[in-house]
Order: sequence, then structure tokens, then C-alpha cells
Amino acid sequence: MSSDSYIKRKNRPLQVYAVIFLIVLYVPVLFLPLFSFNDSLYVRFPLKGFTWQWYGELFEREPVWSALMNSIKIGAAVSVLSTAMGVFAAKAITRYRIPGRGPLVGFIMLPLVVPLIIFGVALLVLLSQLGVPLSLYTVALGHMIICLPFAVATLIPRFEGFDKSIEEASADLGENAWWTFWRVTLPMVLPGVIASLMLTFTVSFDEFILAFFLSGTQPTLPMYIWGQLRFPQEFPSILALASMIIAMSFIVVFIGMWINRGASFGAVKGDET
Amino acid sequence: MSGQAFISIRQVEKYFGKFQAIDDVSIEIGHGEFFSLLGASGCGKTTLLRMLAGFEATSGGEIFIDGQPMSDVPPHMRPVNMVFQNYAIFPHLNVRDNIAYGLRKHRLARARRHEMVEEMLELIKLPGFGDRKANELSGGQRQRIALARALILKPKVLLLDEPLGALDKQLREQMQLELRALQRTVGITFVFVTHDQEEALTLSDRIAVMSRGRVLQLDTPTGLYETPRNREVASFIGTMNFFDAKVSGTGAAGIELEAAGLGRIRAPLRDGGPGSAPDSGPAPGARVQVAIRPEKLELSATPPGGGAASVEGRVETAAYLGERSHFFVRLDGLDHLVAVSAQNREGVPIGTDRTGPVWLSWNPASVVVLPDA
Repeated sequence: MSSDSYIKRKNRPLQVYAVIFLIVLYVPVLFLPLFSFNDSLYVRFPLKGFTWQWYGELFEREPVWSALMNSIKIGAAVSVLSTAMGVFAAKAITRYRIPGRGPLVGFIMLPLVVPLIIFGVALLVLLSQLGVPLSLYTVALGHMIICLPFAVATLIPRFEGFDKSIEEASADLGENAWWTFWRVTLPMVLPGVIASLMLTFTVSFDEFILAFFLSGTQPTLPMYIWGQLRFPQEFPSILALASMIIAMSFIVVFIGMWINRGASFGAVKGDET
Repeated sequence: MSGQAFISIRQVEKYFGKFQAIDDVSIEIGHGEFFSLLGASGCGKTTLLRMLAGFEATSGGEIFIDGQPMSDVPPHMRPVNMVFQNYAIFPHLNVRDNIAYGLRKHRLARARRHEMVEEMLELIKLPGFGDRKANELSGGQRQRIALARALILKPKVLLLDEPLGALDKQLREQMQLELRALQRTVGITFVFVTHDQEEALTLSDRIAVMSRGRVLQLDTPTGLYETPRNREVASFIGTMNFFDAKVSGTGAAGIELEAAGLGRIRAPLRDGGPGSAPDSGPAPGARVQVAIRPEKLELSATPPGGGAASVEGRVETAAYLGERSHFFVRLDGLDHLVAVSAQNREGVPIGTDRTGPVWLSWNPASVVVLPDA
């Protein structure tokens, strides 16, 4: 019955369109792993043969490892800091009557739409005026700007998803705001916190433009990739590296979304009878 | 009452922006009393309860609990606990941790805390439920856990915000009895918010009927039902027949009135209510409302003898409800129908399909005179 109701009835042309859309979106990306296993220096059809050679070469290269460690350090620090700030921002936005709440949220989300090159140039000018040397710290600072909107956007639905009477109940049972946060609020939003940590880590890990402007002598992984593009003989190894990054990003984001599934679970359970 | 008032709400006001949610409310609640705030949604009853809990600040006036002013006392320091409308059970904790939540500060030994939780589970008749998860509970069970979680802290006052509203009818009636029994067992003051007048009548020692942020009448269940003080209370509590009337005289025997549809009738003279001087009754010529409950009217197929107060009419519609029947009777000179509720103790008093004349009679003592609205 329900499958042929007015809203749910099938529409063949739209289904075909949806499949084509997904193919156009992801097939270019799939060429990376495809050629990363190709036994040839050149990216061209027909494929020659299967090889692990390019992956093997990556592991023997010291600069790849140090760039990877740089990206992991920045990603870890940025994800923890931006998620912590995101928790406080999301709590403030959803729980208190703040004058100008709309514009405030708008300003937090703005870095998602402003070209990063503008933030990159602006930060570079500011830091050089202040005499701050470029380092991994300055890259992390830049990444905070773009990770905070992701953290806030992930966490706000979690806070909105549970009834504020649960926090009132904690206060009513004798706990002050501090203890209420640790005993009720944080456990309730924990799936959102984990999702935010994973998402902001991948955003920082993959970021290139700000890292390009703000890094000193130590490159991040995306910068290393960019640097190696000049050497044709390195290209297959770069394809292998890029393939691994895509796979890892996909896995991390997927796990984060799975943990955070049903952002309103607290509310649903609270209303259940 | 004022000498031993346990909760004292004095001239309390509350504004949300320009909207006045509470308008000069003063209520005294005694120790161990089961007190209800009754009214339609939006009447301010929940706001008043949340002010007692400390979740809303007062805009004016003061609330005293056990003699202490509450204005500067935050919710977590007040000697009250609350049962929330949706129960607000902590979904990430099991039943035991929910009930023991408020005991952290008491720094009890683990065994002692465990023992107290088991005692509470016993009291709410859910022994062995300690390890259940919050999402494995039914509505009635959640309601009991919410009660236990509050009662384990031995509060001086328990606040209940429509705690039975989410339950189905049968469970609600069972929980009403249990709640009343529990209140007598633990002996603490209950302040109960409800929009269900039947529930309020069943449970309460006293009830404050609220509307538009004001208390319309504060009385015992019997007082509210038998002697409502105005038309709003009379129509909110139960069903009431109203008749426009004009006072023709007041004497020692009561008030003489000329009522639309009923003719010349007599009503008893009553006190204006607690605190006011005995009423000398409305002045002759004053326009008033006469009110009679449907079950205080008697229906018969023949004119009642003995000079009883009665009037002739015609049954327009009737409904047979098993234990009782409802009749709607058309009277001359009245533009609305009069509701009559008759117990079917010895069969239906008259056929529900009757077309001939019928007679309504009543005891003058059950006539209530209200100010004209």
C-alpha cells in the first residue's frame, strides 16, 4: 500500500538522475585508487598491471612520515580545542537567551563560506605584524577558524535534541550548574562530541590553503603532496597516498556519523510512554 | 491557617516581558497538606509551581518555605523536589542511578546508598528494577521512578507538575489512589498541578482554582463543588445549569428570586467565604446568576406533590449511560437546555424517548446564587 501512495510512488527518471549524479560525483575520485595500483609511471589507459610498489615506496620515505605526524599533531590539538569550544558555544546558543543569537551563529558559521585564501592572507599579515614566527602552531590557529563551525553545527542539534527539563531535574535534585554539566549534559551530548572530534580532525587533516599560508618549515601532509606534484616520477606514490587519505577520511566521518545517529535520541526517549 | 503556614506565597507576581503570567497571588499551604493548583492550560499554575521550585524568579512579592524567604535561594538549595510533567528521567542512567542521583552530596557508604534505593523501590512497588535501563520503562514506571528520585531526598515539599497527564485513564485512576496513599505515608506537603478537575477533587485537601494568573477560589473540594463563588469556577468544576435571575427580596428564610425559566424561587443565604463578613445577601433588584447542579434536579413524569419547588418542561434529548442517564430539558422562557443527571438506581426514571411533559424539582438548599458575570 504505502509503496504506491502519492508521496512514496516511484519515479524512474528521477532515480536514473540520482544514480548518474552519484557517478559523476565520485568516479573522478575513484580514478586515484585505480591508478595507484597501476604498474606504470604514467596515468593513462590502458592499465598495465597490478602492483603494490607505489604503496611500498611511501613507507620508505622519511618526509612522508614526518608530514603525516605534523598533520596528526595539528589535527588532534585542533579537534580537541574546537570541540571543547563548540560544546560551550552550543550550550550557550541553545540554553541561554542571548541578545543577537542569530547574528552570533551566523558569524561562527561564516568561515564555511568565506574563501579560505582571505583568512590565510589576513592571518599571515596579522602574524607577521605581531612578529609571530610561522610554525605548526600558526597552522593550528588557522584550522581552529574552519573547524569551529563544524563542531558547533554538529553539537547544536545534540543540545536541541534533549529536553531542558532533564537539566532542571538535576538542579532540582541538588546539583549546581557545574555538576549538572558533568553528570547530565556532557553524557547526553557525548555522541555529538565524538562525532565532532572525528569530523574536525578530518577537516584539519585535509586542509591545504591555510596550511600553505601559515606553515613554517614543517609541511603538513597535503602540503607535502602538493610539493611532490612537481616530480613526475613521484606521481604514482602521491596517488597511493591520496587514496589512503580518502579511505581514512571516509571511515572516520562514517564512524562519527554512525555514533551520532539520531541526534534527538534524548528527546525521543524522554517523551516515550 | 496563617499561623502554621508552611508555604506562604505573598502577593507574588510574574511577568514574561509584558505578559503577566501571575497576578497578585497569595496562598498559604499547611504542613502535610495535599494542595492542588487547578486551571486550564495557560492559567499560570505551572509558572507558580516553577517559582516554588526556583526555576522562575518572582517579579514581585515573596515566597516563604518553612519560614525562609526563597528569592535568593537557587533551585539546587531549596528544600523542595519536583516530579516533572514528562518525568525527566535521566536517559543515560539506569533506574538505581536515577533514584540515587541526588544522594551524591550526602557522601553515604555504597552499601547504605544501595539500601536506601532498595527501600524506595519497595515503596513505589518496583522491587528488583534497579538495573533496568531508563528506556525499558513504561509510562507508569517512569512516573514512579521520578517520585522515588524526589522522595529519597526527604524534601519538605514535593511539587508535582501534571504527573498523571501522560498515563492512560485506568493507570491514572490507579496512580491517583497510590499517590494519595503515599502522601499519607510519607506525610510531606504535596503541591500538585493539574488541569483535570476530577483528579484535583479526588486527591486534594484544598484546591486553588486559577485563571489568567489569578486565584479565583481557594477551597476544599466540597466547598468548590457545592458553593462555587463565581460563574467561572462553577462552570470549570463539573457541569452547572445557569439561569439569569433578579433578586426580589432577602429575608431570614433566604433569598427570593425571579429566575428565567424557573419562576419564583428561593435560595439559601450563605457566607461570602472564609475571611469575609457574613453576607447580608444581594440587594433587591440586583441581577444575579442562579446555578443548580444537574444531579440536584429531579425529573418526574407527574407533578411532584407537597408544594416542592418545581417547574414543567419537555425532554429534548436524552442519553443512557448505564449507571446514570442524562436528560436535556426545554423550559418555557429559557433559550438554553437544562441538564439533568439521574441515577438509574431503580431503572430509568422516565423513558429517554418521552415526548409528553415532565416536571423538574429541587431542594432550595442546593440552589447557588452567583454574581452576574
